[in-house]
Amino acid sequence: MQAAHLTELTGRTPPGVAEALEAVSGFDAALTDGLARLGPRHTDALRALAGAVSRSPLGAATAEAADKIAAGSIGPAELSAVAAARAALLGAVHDALLERLDDALGRSRADRQAPPADPEHGPAPAPLLTVARSWLQELAITGWRGVDDPLVSTADQALEALWAEPRLRRLAVLLDGLAAELRASCPVATMERIPRRRWADLWTRAMLLSQAGSWTGGATAVSGRLLPLGVDVHEHGTAVQVQLHAVLEPADGGPARLVRAAVAAAKVDTIVGPLVWRLLSAYPTLLTALAEHRAVTITDMRLTSGGDLLWEEERAEAGDLADPFATARVRLPDAQAPAVPPLDRHPVRIAEPVLVEGHAANRDGAFDLGGERLIVDLDRLPTSGPLTPQLVKASTACIGLLRWDAGRWTLQPLAVEAVVKKRPVRAHNGDWALGPTDPKVAKALDRSGDAVAVLSERAGRLLRK
Amino acid sequence: MDSGEAGWEERSAVRVTPPVQPRKLAKVPFVELAEGRLQGVVSSGSDVARVYVSSIAAETHDFSCSTNNNRPCGGLTAGGGRRCKHLNALIDEAVRQYGAERVARHLKVEAEEGDELRSRLQGVHRKAPAAEVFSRFLRHLAYLEVPASPEPLPEMHWFPAWGAVR
Ligand SMILES: [Zn+2]
Repeated sequence: MQAAHLTELTGRTPPGVAEALEAVSGFDAALTDGLARLGPRHTDALRALAGAVSRSPLGAATAEAADKIAAGSIGPAELSAVAAARAALLGAVHDALLERLDDALGRSRADRQAPPADPEHGPAPAPLLTVARSWLQELAITGWRGVDDPLVSTADQALEALWAEPRLRRLAVLLDGLAAELRASCPVATMERIPRRRWADLWTRAMLLSQAGSWTGGATAVSGRLLPLGVDVHEHGTAVQVQLHAVLEPADGGPARLVRAAVAAAKVDTIVGPLVWRLLSAYPTLLTALAEHRAVTITDMRLTSGGDLLWEEERAEAGDLADPFATARVRLPDAQAPAVPPLDRHPVRIAEPVLVEGHAANRDGAFDLGGERLIVDLDRLPTSGPLTPQLVKASTACIGLLRWDAGRWTLQPLAVEAVVKKRPVRAHNGDWALGPTDPKVAKALDRSGDAVAVLSERAGRLLRK
Repeated sequence: MDSGEAGWEERSAVRVTPPVQPRKLAKVPFVELAEGRLQGVVSSGSDVARVYVSSIAAETHDFSCSTNNNRPCGGLTAGGGRRCKHLNALIDEAVRQYGAERVARHLKVEAEEGDELRSRLQGVHRKAPAAEVFSRFLRHLAYLEVPASPEPLPEMHWFPAWGAVR
């Protein structure tokens, strides 16, 4: 990425984004106070939300829902309509931002194809969806400010059932993450500040997922050579996901493509830091490729229309060494990015791999790239890997993800080349995938004992008695 | 201050729950701040098959300790004011996991570090049901038995793995 790209990216916000976000913020304020307690400001905000989508197919349903909610009738149909409207607005914001990014970087993006049918995924069980929706309804009626322990606890049984249903894993992971945050914040009325946008986002996405379950859809088989760029780690108390960003060189000789491959595991809150890799030990080929910086040969692995490889170990074979920085320099600029599935469109999902080099780090960590400033997200350096703020500040090259949140573009580092004490150093988020390579970290891990082994042993004894 | 702090409420990806610190789990495999109590499960020092369910109520700070089969802990005397070693281990591990301040806030007591917290918890023994806490522990363990699903989880973009608090 060059200074000129950055100028274009971070220049004027695309038209319409501010207006769309204002309508979203109005709804978020209403959801904070609770839909059962709407003042005139909030009913205006609901009507403004409906107004913002009035010329879309959602227009009539949202206008009707806004009126009904204002009149105190707050049922699943009304809530689904306003959730859809909010999601549509943020989807439009996502599109404007991603288009700006593609233009700025000169990135080509595949056209959206309808996903093939998914014969393995039958319809999700309706009773579970109903239970999830009714909790979301209670939350919306009460408002974040009114959330207390008993209201959070009413979700416990539903969550247990959701986790037991693989077809509803996305909803289970999302609702569990939301419930844990609410529980830790109870009583919410005493919080100094409420994460309004975030919780409304989670509520909205959960409403969408509780309509008919997941929309991941089917996939088509691909073969070729996978060249890793970097790995993004996601984590909350009971789930961890690592998402590889890579360039795929298709075996049929087609153009190189940007793809992602994510694997995830359930966990508990006391399993943190480098230990999370242990939960993913069912994926040794993937972990080896990450830890040793190897290419992976994939054979007939399924790829969704959204660019996600559905990882299967049997279809993957670790190959030669493949330096992610070489891939970023040589293959990334021409790789074609995938289309984004319609319902996944939200600014939070924008995570576009880029290579930054020739920069200087400011004291606050931001990169100065030919006089242009790029904010670096130093809070997002997971403890499961070797990246630290010091390393990022000492970097001469950085592979990262461009992200956008609340009006700011940031770079989330995934890997750096740096000079420390005059010696070249390389560090990647996935370096510890097979265990920490830093002796100090390995020693600390030994001292705290093996949490995964302790809990698995207890689980084995107590759950199968 | 981070220049983005002003817009915290307008951001999608922010850290809401403070991070949990790693700790040894063999002695006290489960600790939680929930249901108006600090509660958890403590291993028996002598019998691998036995665990104690210990809890301390917020506000009153009354405490309870019994085996998961509801047998009273021998370290507690009826109506007595002294905590057994299981309860003290529970407090210590909770402080390790959550930090003294968060534990104190949950129990509604003013304390900034562990020793102070221990000395300010002046409740008496009052039996609380163990079965509920034990079943929450089983539910906690059940996460480790959830079969993996290869489906990508786009929702996890709202949950970045945050770095250490610096
Ligand atoms: Zn005891």
